[in-house]
Amino acid sequence: MKKSGKIFSKAFLLLMMVFFYMPIVYTVIFSFNSKRSLTRWSGFSLQWYERMLSDDTMMSALGTTITIAILATAISTVIGTITAIGLSKSNKILKSIVERINDFPIMNPEIVTAIGLLMFFSALGVQKGYLTMLAAHVMFCTPYVMLSVGPKLRSLDPNIADAALDLGATPWQALIKVIIPQIMPGVISGALIAFTMSFDDFIISYFVTGNGVSNISILVYTMSKRINPSINALSTVIIFIITVALVIINVLPLLKSKKQKGVKE
Amino acid sequence: MRQFKTMAYPYVVWICLLIVAPMLLILMYAFTTKGNSVTTIQFTFSNFAKFFSDPIFLDVLKRSLIIAVATTIICIILGYPAAYIIANSEGRKKYMLIMLVTIPTWINMLVRTYAWMGMLQDDGLINTILGFLGIGPIKMIHTGFAVILGMVYNFIPFMILQIYTSLTKMDKSLLEAASDLGANKVQAFLRVTLPLSLPGVISGITLVFLPAVSSFFIPKLLGGGQYVLIGNVIENQFLTSGDWNFGSAISLIMAVIIMISMYVTKKLDKGEEMMGGGGK
Repeated sequence: MKKSGKIFSKAFLLLMMVFFYMPIVYTVIFSFNSKRSLTRWSGFSLQWYERMLSDDTMMSALGTTITIAILATAISTVIGTITAIGLSKSNKILKSIVERINDFPIMNPEIVTAIGLLMFFSALGVQKGYLTMLAAHVMFCTPYVMLSVGPKLRSLDPNIADAALDLGATPWQALIKVIIPQIMPGVISGALIAFTMSFDDFIISYFVTGNGVSNISILVYTMSKRINPSINALSTVIIFIITVALVIINVLPLLKSKKQKGVKE
Repeated sequence: MRQFKTMAYPYVVWICLLIVAPMLLILMYAFTTKGNSVTTIQFTFSNFAKFFSDPIFLDVLKRSLIIAVATTIICIILGYPAAYIIANSEGRKKYMLIMLVTIPTWINMLVRTYAWMGMLQDDGLINTILGFLGIGPIKMIHTGFAVILGMVYNFIPFMILQIYTSLTKMDKSLLEAASDLGANKVQAFLRVTLPLSLPGVISGITLVFLPAVSSFFIPKLLGGGQYVLIGNVIENQFLTSGDWNFGSAISLIMAVIIMISMYVTKKLDKGEEMMGGGGK
């Protein structure tokens, strides 16, 4: 009875993993297909990668996705960290108001946030395109950075910064040399969340862009009406980038902790 | 350290502009007539009346709710056992399995949904596999089945992660206590594990139902043109027909429905807790 239960649970998990990874493996395999078919395998070729590289809209979408993700991460991490520090010294009312407002983009369906921004940019008369997309990404990434920095600040001993000031540090020095190093793990995990949120975003980007500026998600959505294996090639590049990033994120801390252990020993 | 508090002020201005103002714009557009300017503003409920008096829109709303509820239920039925098995595996294996559940969520949803588009074709991978098993080609793409499958695929990791977290937080000695007091495994699960993991199920429901009810690219890619959900109607109002007032009203209706369902779910959770308490 117990053994059959174990086999059953193993089989169940295996099926779930097949379900999770089949589309990903499928995308990668068919990006190397030699014919324009997403259903029949007819031989290995790199032609869809060549087409992708010579396709200007695909390359510019890839560029837009990567540059927006990097810029949005950098800006939202700086703003989010500075604001979280500022709020930790502010009165409770301001703090709770900001937290409530931050909840809107997290709790609302993305499409609602998206149409609000669309109407806001139109009301301002701003030309929709790269900058509106970047502003929107900073808007929805920053609350996540603050959520990840906040707990680190709360567990920080306020006396440490005061001690730094008493010992003659300027507020700026106290900030850079004392507070920021202590909350760094929160800042880094906030930045990682921001990067993946921005890199994968579709709905908000789709509504606030214009002028022919697309990211990868928008491109896949608009190109999906016709069979185009170049999309699989592009998808494979994305899967590769994310996998490498995940490996770095998960393996680096392990190596680091091993090194520290080695030093201690 | 008071001097630091001014550092929060620029962000307050920023969220007033990019979060509060857009929300107010949705409210304003939903309750005004088309084509007015600030000086000739006209309040109206006609956008809402238009929605609730048209059977087409009511059908769309009904279909969206049915699909979202079905998706949520399937995610619980498949996600709970998966989370339970993972939470009860040993250290290193547990960590690896939960990583395997998380990784797909980091890969672009559009990319993964596009892959299902190819796999669900009449002569696609799934039908080829079914063919080997002697099951003749089944029409899957552009059906409700494909839409629900796409939603379950995209959202089930959130359910598993939430339930997994609540299960690992559970105090294992409670199970020992239950068995010491004579409960068998099934009783211990029903009386101890299940009630304690309910908060995880509840937050899982939130994370699945909310994107499922408002999704528009999954029905578009996997349901084809025929399978219109409320998200598609909102998209059309803003990007095709340009009726922002009506579009805002629909999104407001959707937001209210989501708020009500969240409230009901939370209440149900509290009710269960009280019943559990009364049983003692």
